[in-house]
Amino acid sequence: MAKIELTRIPFIKNALKSRYPQLAVFIVMLIGYIFAILAGLIGTPVGSHNFSIVFVWIAWWAILILVAVPFFGRGWCAVCPIPLPGEWLQRGAVLSPPDKRPKWLNLRVPKMFRNIWLQNISFLLLALFSSVLLTTPNITGVVLATMLFAAIRLSTVFERRAFCRYLCPVGGFIGLYSQTAPIELRIKDKQVCVTCEGKPCYNGSQAGYGCPWDVFPGGLTKNTYCGLCMECIRTCPHDNIAVNLRPFSADLAKPSTRMDEAFKAFIMLGSAMIYAGILLGPWGILKDAAYNVGTDAWFTYVAAFLAIIFVALPGLFTVGILHTKNTLPLKQRFASLSTALIPLGLMFWVAFSLSFVLTNASYILTALSDPLGLGWNLFGTANATWQPMLTSMLAPAQTLALVGGLIWSARTAQKAAGEVKVSPIPVIVYCFIATCLMLWLLL
Amino acid sequence: MNRSELISRFLIVTGILLSVGAPLFLWARTPLIHARMAEDGGWNPDIIQAEVGKPLHLKITSDDVVHGFAVGQMEMQSVDVLPGKVTDITLNFDKPGIYTFFCTRWCGLNHWRMRGTIEVSGSSSDPEPASSLLYVSLDLDLDAPHDAPVVPNGKPSATNGQLLETNLPIDLSAEYYRSHSPYQVFNELSATTLTESQRWDVVAYLWQTNTTSTSLVNGNQLYAQNCAACHGENGAGDGVFADDLAAAGESSMQTMEGAMDMVMQSPVNFTDPRRMLGASPALLQGKILRGGMGTGMPMWGSIFTEEQIWDLVAYIYSFQFEY
Repeated sequence: MAKIELTRIPFIKNALKSRYPQLAVFIVMLIGYIFAILAGLIGTPVGSHNFSIVFVWIAWWAILILVAVPFFGRGWCAVCPIPLPGEWLQRGAVLSPPDKRPKWLNLRVPKMFRNIWLQNISFLLLALFSSVLLTTPNITGVVLATMLFAAIRLSTVFERRAFCRYLCPVGGFIGLYSQTAPIELRIKDKQVCVTCEGKPCYNGSQAGYGCPWDVFPGGLTKNTYCGLCMECIRTCPHDNIAVNLRPFSADLAKPSTRMDEAFKAFIMLGSAMIYAGILLGPWGILKDAAYNVGTDAWFTYVAAFLAIIFVALPGLFTVGILHTKNTLPLKQRFASLSTALIPLGLMFWVAFSLSFVLTNASYILTALSDPLGLGWNLFGTANATWQPMLTSMLAPAQTLALVGGLIWSARTAQKAAGEVKVSPIPVIVYCFIATCLMLWLLL
Repeated sequence: MNRSELISRFLIVTGILLSVGAPLFLWARTPLIHARMAEDGGWNPDIIQAEVGKPLHLKITSDDVVHGFAVGQMEMQSVDVLPGKVTDITLNFDKPGIYTFFCTRWCGLNHWRMRGTIEVSGSSSDPEPASSLLYVSLDLDLDAPHDAPVVPNGKPSATNGQLLETNLPIDLSAEYYRSHSPYQVFNELSATTLTESQRWDVVAYLWQTNTTSTSLVNGNQLYAQNCAACHGENGAGDGVFADDLAAAGESSMQTMEGAMDMVMQSPVNFTDPRRMLGASPALLQGKILRGGMGTGMPMWGSIFTEEQIWDLVAYIYSFQFEY
């Protein structure tokens, strides 16, 4: 399937080029985000009736993992409110062109941190506390506020969106899975970029800001680090930036060779499986261990969580590919072949999320009418009873997602194995076993 | 600064101020009574002010599990307080005083500690003199051992007792019944020609004559709602909290302020004839009214009316007698 350039459509192009539609969405999202913080801090401690829990961990998560990431890649990052206050502060403006002289320190992020290891760590930090975080409004409020202030602080110390690019716990996996999305931002003609003077898409101009994501669009080959902020569309003096509709997982044809990205794939795959067992499984002892933070049982849970993600899953994968005959270093084969885990991990998360989202979606109606648990009934839905949705569809949909994910990852493994010239069989077997395990955990 | 920049900044600042200010304002204007399990604080606030003749509107919410709300010694149906939901209640007081409100759902091990007070000020048009309680006027030591030295082999039958009672010099009055234990009555019948078993049947009859079916139904309801959690549905001291209370022991008491010296005891077994047949209704009235003083048995004097306590006492004896 050929690419379709969406920016050829005047309405889309104008909507993306203008700052106003995006600003309107930003303001709404920022108000919602701040309200979620406040609801977490002053609203009812009962998670199922608090806006912060229901709208962040049920509504937002459902939109993110079931719609935004699979179909729009970093579409969420395009409207995320977290970096906005910091970015406005950094620029000293909301819409006006930046001053020549930076207002703040404007440092470059040290080279050792210019990878996604910090994002891997920040995700794991939240993941290890997730049972409490996902159910306790005031902890959710504190975490949301911390992310907002961390983004503001980093914007005043480092250049561009350092938080989004290197620290955001969500941005890391969105970037990884955005490679599978059928949307991309790319240049139209490479030669135009080569001869372009001043590279305003990266350095900024009177038309707009240099890429907030620290990416030179002329060199973009993957979605991973493009935040779809559309700034380069506004700054490119040659109209050389396009937003394209493309086949799913187009970026995976060229496997990554980075270990931080490879481990991200294992972290996400393992987390989905562990969550399926802990949050949806019938084992009360595991739930207690995950929930009782600070106890011996919780430390055991943490040790097991980290061992599965950093030792068991990558270890078994390494054993599987150890004997693939190839002159390439094992590390490179490991990183390249782990690309196959990206569609698998995404579909694991889709299957897992379907379960708790459909089970808990009816809480959205309640929290919409009484977001703080103060007895309001704004839209007449405050007394809506809890009702799991589409229960008869759940198991078939999850099976379809998991089996589809397996086929998708097997196809990706074939391509990745072709690139490094080894057999894809061990990776396919690995994915098959993981899928069987996930099916058992979910069904 | 150009116009669009200015408008953008205005919208952003207004939006942020509204998203913070409006919820805070509305939140501050909605005072809620929060119910939490006693281990996590119980009622908050736990002291409420009210005035005679002025309706008291309360908004109550639960922060954890399902609780119930009722006010002691008042004609009102208890209402459920659900997690994250707000329950509206309006109370009217016609007499000043300190009323106790309490949880009516078995919410946790220390459920019975979930109490608060409503301080009602104002004057009463119909002041009632305080009545003297029987266990006080009899000067009973509520904590002294009172086991019956002799117990029947099976459940004494009131029906059999009625047939035997006709020619016996026995006082069937409420005063006599309330101030004597079944064993004391059994002992007073020792001068008769009745066998031990027959004497116990007569005792059962005496207890039945001082017990109405309404009283038993009321007592049963009160028992099921307030006592069965610890003493068990069948009175055997094996309620759902009994094991937890025994397991928690002293440590459970130490979690509560000012309760360091208390020692938790297992709930009393009302099916034990030795214990029950040695206790008079007046003694049981005192135990219910005052509570167990550190044993884990709560005081019910501020919650039950005197009539309710007599109903409960009557029901508790039904574990011993065949009516």
